[in-house]
Parts: sequence; structure tokens; C-alpha cells
Amino acid sequence: MNIILFLAPASIGLGALGLLAFFWTMRSGQYDDPKGDAARILYDHLDDKPPAED
Amino acid sequence: MNASLTVDRDLEAFVRRDEAGRGRLELLVSGARCAACIRKIETAVAGVPGVAGARLNLTTGKLAVELAGREANPERVVETVEGLGYRACLFDPAEAVAAIDREGRELAVALGVAGFGAGNVMMFTVPAWAGLFGQELTPATLTLMYWMAAIVATPCALFAGRPFFRSAWASLKRGKANMDVPISIGVILTLIVSFSETMLRGQHAYFDAAVTLLFLLLIGRYLDHRLRANARSAARDLLALQTPVAVRLSGEAEHGVPVADIVVGDRLVVAPGDRVPVDGVVEAGRSEIDNALITGETALAPVTVGARLHAGALNLSGRLVMTATARSEDSTLAAIARLMEAGAQTRSAYVRLADKAAALYVPVVHTVAATTFIGGWALGLGPREALLRAAAVLIVTCPCALGLAAPAVQIAASSRLFRKGVLVKSGAALERLAEVDHVIFDKTGVLTEGCPRLVDAPTHLVALAAPLARASRHPLAKALAAQAGAGPVAAECVETAGQGVEGLIDGRRARLGRAAFVGVKDGDARETELWFGFEGDVKIRFVFEDQPRADASEAIARLRQMGLSVEILSGDLAGPVRDIARAVGVEDWRAGLTPFDKAAIVDDLKARGHKVLMVGDGLNDAAALARAHASMAPGAAVDAAQNAADMVFTGEALGAAPEAIDTARSARRRALQNFGFSAVYNVVAMPAAMAGLVNPFIAALAMSGSSIVVLLNAARPRLRWPGR
Repeated sequence: MNIILFLAPASIGLGALGLLAFFWTMRSGQYDDPKGDAARILYDHLDDKPPAED
Repeated sequence: MNASLTVDRDLEAFVRRDEAGRGRLELLVSGARCAACIRKIETAVAGVPGVAGARLNLTTGKLAVELAGREANPERVVETVEGLGYRACLFDPAEAVAAIDREGRELAVALGVAGFGAGNVMMFTVPAWAGLFGQELTPATLTLMYWMAAIVATPCALFAGRPFFRSAWASLKRGKANMDVPISIGVILTLIVSFSETMLRGQHAYFDAAVTLLFLLLIGRYLDHRLRANARSAARDLLALQTPVAVRLSGEAEHGVPVADIVVGDRLVVAPGDRVPVDGVVEAGRSEIDNALITGETALAPVTVGARLHAGALNLSGRLVMTATARSEDSTLAAIARLMEAGAQTRSAYVRLADKAAALYVPVVHTVAATTFIGGWALGLGPREALLRAAAVLIVTCPCALGLAAPAVQIAASSRLFRKGVLVKSGAALERLAEVDHVIFDKTGVLTEGCPRLVDAPTHLVALAAPLARASRHPLAKALAAQAGAGPVAAECVETAGQGVEGLIDGRRARLGRAAFVGVKDGDARETELWFGFEGDVKIRFVFEDQPRADASEAIARLRQMGLSVEILSGDLAGPVRDIARAVGVEDWRAGLTPFDKAAIVDDLKARGHKVLMVGDGLNDAAALARAHASMAPGAAVDAAQNAADMVFTGEALGAAPEAIDTARSARRRALQNFGFSAVYNVVAMPAAMAGLVNPFIAALAMSGSSIVVLLNAARPRLRWPGR
């Protein structure tokens, strides 16, 4: 039974990690320009990172 | 007058600077579509001295430029982009900040949190459900599971529910109940009851229901928001189109001044290629003015001393000095922007289907829940069991299906339309489009292709005039040159503003332009013609016409079949409008209308109870587009018209209009089916919950089950043969 007390927080922690990753992708502007991002991979020398935050 | 004076345009107002002098400015770039465009624009702008970096957002069309220091000149940046063949205008920094989509971001974060909560809470509630069916689960473990579910669900539900709580509160303050009121009450009551049950070691706690409910609802809400997000920039982009800086004459010196600072009586210089900054009267110079954006007229208007100019018109060929007769905020363009704003306001007053359903649903469900609680207590159930049943009523009658009913259908319908080249900007637009009973078309650029084409000209005559046409920047001459294809250019060409071009073709002096310029007594008053002739030789006339779109009459016939009346409102002269109306088979047409006339006609039709669909493409249509019940613009329309319109069709075919109405009508039918299904479902679920037959497992099944049925109905293909 004690294993639950370890596994439950661990799995929630993993879920929270996913949630934090989602927040990070939003913060760093990865959804701001889907069309542009799709186009940018075609040229090597184009900046392939999302724009810096203001 | 000294025309060679260099004008120092002060564009500093458009730059946001930090303490170190580094600046940032934003441009709205139209025409960029692909990776090559990004590369061209970013490379060229980064090459401008003083620019530290440039980044083009292809989705929004905004180019963000970082300036390294004060020596960088913003105007060089604009010129560089325009030199590449894209239209660019500067974006006011305050507007750029306002354009950030905070609401969408908040909804996405709420959706993420609700999704996390809904997924992880299942870890604890699924074992708890097993306990409900007599599986091995001691009461102590059940309580432990519920506590852990509470730890996950409560913060998630409270956080993800904020958009609903806020909107419910705002609606209650106005003394109304929208759909968010039962949602908020349901979620909060569910959490309270679940906590008390867990503390009292009860069997039933609904933590999972609270979060899942929010998750399903947020999906609908987010989809709806994404549809609307584009429509917001309407007025912003219209104002960006206005010439940001005007050139004021004081004595002989020219100064760049912000348009907002112009006062009545100022003398202003309008260079060829610039837009007229404010309404005014020509004081010196002669030129041709393209009023297409303002009035929809296809013919270019020759202007000379004393002529009236409207803000936003394009000066084509000569340098003009004008006297301002109105300030910027009193000018034509600003008046149109105001009309659009007013139109957007009346539109937001439109009551959507889902809100109509909520107006019925909210009182019924709350009365039933209250009756369950009071009646149950009175009949001897005890307050705890009575409250639990009242909460069960609120949960199983959950408005998920209602909340998803309309957005799910509208997303399906707009993606179907998207594949056919029609972009729909909001779900409400589809609802309004389904109700339309009268269609108004603009002529230029909507019923017609929008650019002059040479008609009935023998090839050898075209080839004769082509060398001169190639030397001219005039739109009609360009059309002539396009017809002729590549070839030699005349020598010693001199273009006279507003008149024509003169030059040597094989050593013979020739002229191309207005009748009087070429030496013909002007017989016909039509502006859509060019004359050509060698000195002392026969003069040849070229007539240009704006051709109707290939499927215009077919599309109009189809609209009639669908029971709609059709009308043409144009700013052009009566002659061309009559010709087009006859060609496409429309009896009702009006010509020579100002933007304000068009808006007034739409308002008048509205007052008489008509639901109008406006299809237009120019700035002159923008106000009418914004005020009509529903509106459409072709993809070639000016940005402002595209922004004011609910829908933009990107293809060449006008058939998009009947197609969109048809889809909107079927979407409406399907949304009503969904509402009907939700009603039937609630009629079954409510008595069951009142009788205490619902447990958390059944509630979860019923809730997701009804949502899935609604989604499937939205996604099912049409049960009709195409074309029928």
C-alpha cells in the first residue's frame, strides 16, 4: 500500500512536468507564427528559434 | 518651388526606444507568403545601416525590426521593404502592444491546466469507481483516493475556471444569466459537496467531474476564440493604412509632421505614390488620383487647382500642394473607421444561439436543483443527501453538450469552407450568415475582376502602341503593356502628369494618353480609354473594361434559387454599373454612392427587417461590411475590408458566396439538432439525478457521453449528395 504514497506523487510530478513544458513552449512564443516556422526550416541560415520575449 | 528639397520625415514617433537608444519598430507587411519572402525581407532589412535584426511573422504579417542606435532611419526600412515589392506600413507601438492576444493566451493556459487536472485526477477516481461496484476497496483507501483527487482537482478547477467565473460575475452584475452562471455554480457547488462528502467519509465525490467539465468546455471556448481572434485587428489595420506622416510647407521649407498634428489651413505636399493625408483642396500642381479605395470608382480622377481630395486617396502621377480642410480625425478615412467601429458594436449585441439556449436552460436547471434540495429535505432525505442529489442534478445536466453544441459544429463548418477557399472569422458570423435574406454586391473587384482589361483591340495596333505603354506607370498603360507582352521601349520618353506619355518609336514622335493630349477632340466622357497616335497621323482609341468574374451570373442565379434577393451598390458611374448589372442578371442596382450612402442603405434595409449579406472589397465598402448582418470580402480586397468582413474568399469564383450561405444554413440546422439532443438528454438525466440514481461513475459517463455525441454529430459528413 505504501507504494501508492510514492507512485501517486511521482506520476503527478511527471504530469506537472508536461504542463510546465507546455507553459514554456507558450512563453517562448512557439505558437506565435506557425506559418513562418513551417517556412523557416527550408533555409539553413534563417533564424530557426522563436523570437525573444519583449 | 524647389522640389528637390530633401524631406526629413520624422518617423521617430513609431519607434519604441530603451534608455540605451536601442529601438524597436513594427511594420505591417502585406504580400509575404513563403519562405523565400521571409528570406528576402529579413536579409534586406538587416542590411539597412543601423538595423540590428529583423524578424517577419508570416502568420500575422508583422515585421519586427530592432534598431541598434539613433542613427538608424526608420524610413529606410520602409523603403527597403517596399522596394522589394511588398506593401509596408508602420504600426503604432501602442497598437502593437494592444494587438497581443492576452485572452487567447489565458484560455490556452487554462486549457492546459484543465487537461492536466482531468487526466491526472482519473488516476485516483478510477480506483474509487471500482469501489462503487463492490471491488476490493476499503473505506479508508476510498477516502485516501478522494483526498488525493481533491489535491489535484481543486487548484486545477479553480484556476481553469477563472474565465467562466469572471464572465458569470460580469453577467450577474448586469442582471442577466449567461451560460457561465450555471457552469460556475455547478463547478463550485460540486467542489464543496465533494469536500464535505470526503470529510464525512461518504461514497460519492465528484472531483473528476468538476475538472473534466471545465476541460470539455474550455475546448469549445478556445476553438471559438481562435475563430474570432483575427477579426479584432479590423480598425487597427485601417488606421495603419493612413499615411503616417504628412509633409507640411512653411514658406519654401518642407517638414515631416505627424498626421494628427495637421490643422485646417496647413499647406501640404503630396508626392506621387503617396496617399492624401487629410481631406483638402489642391492649391498647385496637377495629377491623377486613384479613388478606388475611397469610392470604388475604377476611373482615375484627373485633379488640378481647386479640386477636392479625400484622405486615403492615392496620388498617382504628379506632385501636388494642397490646403487641409479637415483635421485627421475629421477626415473621410477616420469617418469610415468610426462607422466600422459602430457596426462592430451593434454586431456584438447579436445574441448567439448558445446564449439563447442558455436563457432557457439556466432557470430550468436551477429551479430543478433547488427543488431537489428543498423537496428532498422536506421529504425526509436529510440535508446532506438532499444537497448531494441537487449537486448531481447540476453535474449530469452539465452544460458541456450545450457549450460544445454550437462551437463544434461551427469549427467543422468553417474548416469545410476553408478547404473551399473561404475563411470564416467567427462562429457568430456563420450563425448570422445562415439568417441572411438579401445580398448586396459591390461592383468593382467583387462582381468584376477589379483590374482594367483591354477590349477588342487588334494585335498589330497593340504592338504599335506598346513601346510607349511600357514606359508609363499609368495603370491603363500597364494593362496595355501587359497585353502586348515584352518588347522594345520607346526612346526619349517624357510623362506628363495626368495627361500621358510622349516619346520616339523608331524615330517617329508619338503620344499615348488622354484624348486631348494625343490631339483628339474628346467625344466620349468615359475615363477608361487611352488614345495613341504618331505625330500628324491617324489616332487610335483603346478601350478598357473591367470584366465580370467568370461565374458571376451563375452564382447570382444560385443565390436567387436559395430564396435571396440580390442588389448592386457601387461607387462607380452609372454607365459601367448598368453594363455589369445587365451582364450578371441583376435588376436592382445603384451607382455613384459614397461609403456613407452604402452604410446608410444597409442600415435602412436593417431597419425594414432585412438581414443583409454585404459582399465588398474596397475601403468604401468597409463601413457597410461592418454594419451588415453578415459580410464577405474577396482575397484581393484591401486589408481594411478583409478585416471588416466576417468571411474572406480566396479563390477567383464568386460561387463561394452561395456555398458559404449553404454551409452556414446546414451548420445552423446541425447546431439546433445538438441543442435538441441536449434537451432530450437532460429530460432523462434530471429525474434520474433527483431520484438519487446517479453516482460519480454514471455522472462521468453521462457527461463525456453526451459531449461525444454532440461532437460526432458535428463531425459527421453531410448526408446529401454534393451539388444537390
